[in-house]
Amino acid sequence: MLGADAMVKCLQEEGVKTVFGYPGVAICPFFESITATNIKRVLVRTEQNAAHAASGYARVSGSVGVCVATSGPGATNLITGIATAYADSIPLVCITGQVDSSLLGSDVFQEADITGAAESFVKYSYLIKDVNDIPRIFKEAFYIASTGRKGPVLIDVPMDIQNDTISRFKYPQEVNLRTYKPTVRGHAVQIKKVFKELSRAKRPIICAGGGVILSGAKEQLKEFAHLYGIPVVSTMMGIGVLPSNDPYYFGMVGNNGKSYANRAMNESDLLLMIGARVADRAISQPDLITENKVLIHIDVDPCEIGKNVGPHIPLVGDIAAIFEDFKQHDINVDYRSWVNTLNDYKDSYQINRNIDADYPDPAKIVKTLSEEMDFNAVYVADVGQNQMWSCNYHIVKNGNFLTSGGMGTMGYSIPAAMGARVGCGRQVVAVCGDGSFQMSMMELATIRQHEIPVKIVIFNNGYLGLVREYQDKLYKSNYSMVDLKGNPNYEKLAAAYDIPYMRISKPERIRENIRKFLKDDQTAILECIIDPYCFAK
Amino acid sequence: MKNAMQKKVFQIIVDNTSGVLSRISGLFSRRGYNIESITAGTTADPRFTRITIVACGDLDILDQIEKQVSKLIDVRNVRELVPEDSVFRELIMIKVAASAEQRPGIIAVSDIFRAKIVDVAPDSLMIELTGNQTKIEAFLKLLDGYEILEIARTGIAGLSRGSDNVLYFD
Repeated sequence: MLGADAMVKCLQEEGVKTVFGYPGVAICPFFESITATNIKRVLVRTEQNAAHAASGYARVSGSVGVCVATSGPGATNLITGIATAYADSIPLVCITGQVDSSLLGSDVFQEADITGAAESFVKYSYLIKDVNDIPRIFKEAFYIASTGRKGPVLIDVPMDIQNDTISRFKYPQEVNLRTYKPTVRGHAVQIKKVFKELSRAKRPIICAGGGVILSGAKEQLKEFAHLYGIPVVSTMMGIGVLPSNDPYYFGMVGNNGKSYANRAMNESDLLLMIGARVADRAISQPDLITENKVLIHIDVDPCEIGKNVGPHIPLVGDIAAIFEDFKQHDINVDYRSWVNTLNDYKDSYQINRNIDADYPDPAKIVKTLSEEMDFNAVYVADVGQNQMWSCNYHIVKNGNFLTSGGMGTMGYSIPAAMGARVGCGRQVVAVCGDGSFQMSMMELATIRQHEIPVKIVIFNNGYLGLVREYQDKLYKSNYSMVDLKGNPNYEKLAAAYDIPYMRISKPERIRENIRKFLKDDQTAILECIIDPYCFAK
Repeated sequence: MKNAMQKKVFQIIVDNTSGVLSRISGLFSRRGYNIESITAGTTADPRFTRITIVACGDLDILDQIEKQVSKLIDVRNVRELVPEDSVFRELIMIKVAASAEQRPGIIAVSDIFRAKIVDVAPDSLMIELTGNQTKIEAFLKLLDGYEILEIARTGIAGLSRGSDNVLYFD
């Protein structure tokens, strides 16, 4: 058995059904071996999107996403995708080909020190130097990627190792990592303290982050919040923890979030941060969340606790396991008046949008779109103004909301939507701007080739809208590098790929058009011509 | 004073994997932590390397350093070596310009500090001294009057006192 066969066998042992990738000489042995299996291979059009697609796949399927690229430029092209996954703690195994191990370090054709280059964006990386290490390393890589705080793991495999003969293939049943033992169970004493504080509190609130979704604790969070009647706000990565119409859900916090969500957090006397980093976009002044309130910080990564703010009660562990332990406790509390207050804030919230009546309002498009989408559909927002509209106006029913939250990588939506569709088979909608669309529009070919139905919405305002907005406010409208005058004709572009195309350019008949756009399970592009001067809020 | 700058000595036991030192030093550089010195060498158990890092920062930063280093997959154990319960040593080599007349003075000072003269050239001396940092600083101060040509320092190595804190790994 060759090393390449062993690599493929490892993927089978891990139950991998799909890999996203791009070939090159240094990874050819692997792509040769994989043809003997029924693992689906999706050929992307640039390596970065293989990582994004694997990320979308991982986020909806709950399994590890796998992407494969060749050495040198193939590997370096992956880096932005790897960094995006790292920032959002998405479990990936990224496999790269490498030049022959005897040539390592000699700057031969298509050699890049990818383990070195990706070091700060991976949870761990391997450069395989002995073919017999393949089973152990793959086992460890999948284990590390999917446990504790999840994240990408890189495996770099020189060509001669792929072509070498493995003496005996035995996939390990267990990992034996002396140095990696993530905490799963929360400390019992700390959990007791949580309930002590909860029984004392008058105005508790939960701020849920992406960690809740990653640990598969969505349902448990809902149960917990409903049992005690605790209101919930979320970070951007936490959107989708509760359906938007849940009586205890009060929106996204942060400078791009809902004002009543921020107010709720500010006025609380007990804040439970769960699976959230206290990141700058969600909480711009970390010291304020410990003022006049008790802060309880629950996270699987001890490094996040105390990084931006020191909590009164730190609680390290897997969120699902912690919610399970919460069930051992029972307290009698009544927060109804607090929830009523928050409902008053929410009801009196006025959307003050300054809209040009000649154009369709993107907020309305997002809202209508999410109303018309399937109950369990996946909504993938890109980065830019479209992300702000999506966060604020998308209505989560029972589906997923995916976006590049930590890294803010433009071009994420289309490849991630592709991966998500392959990963779950449900309806998937990618919402992007004209800027972000053009960062990934080469993937239309992938979508066509592999018949992956993705609904793509493009907000076309001819600008890099969010940067323009920033320049508007901070640089007295001295716009620089934000005009997208070279934009293609999207109708012709869609036609070139033989993809159905629709356009919304008027404020009327939005719902009707969206229904038409969503009516079948086929790829389609919906271009929305919006006011170039429309702001995100 | 929570925000006052402090110095801490961390003893880090890591798996002897390739690239482990660059993972540790990379973590320090990308997160902007200050390293005053770093030393590394295998332990009694050849599977592991002991890295001794002297880092400085306020208490929050030092706390983060300890957590972030612990989080690295290759790291087996991180521990602060507290000065009261530890022994620190550093080795320094100093090349001093010395004429025949200056030599006896330098040798006398070296003797007091139990430093060794390890090389003699017609116009210079090389001195080797091992000790804790205070001793080394004091010795350097006494050499102030001479022309120092080159200095090489190893950085701090340290162990905790007694047998209670010895780490055994299976």
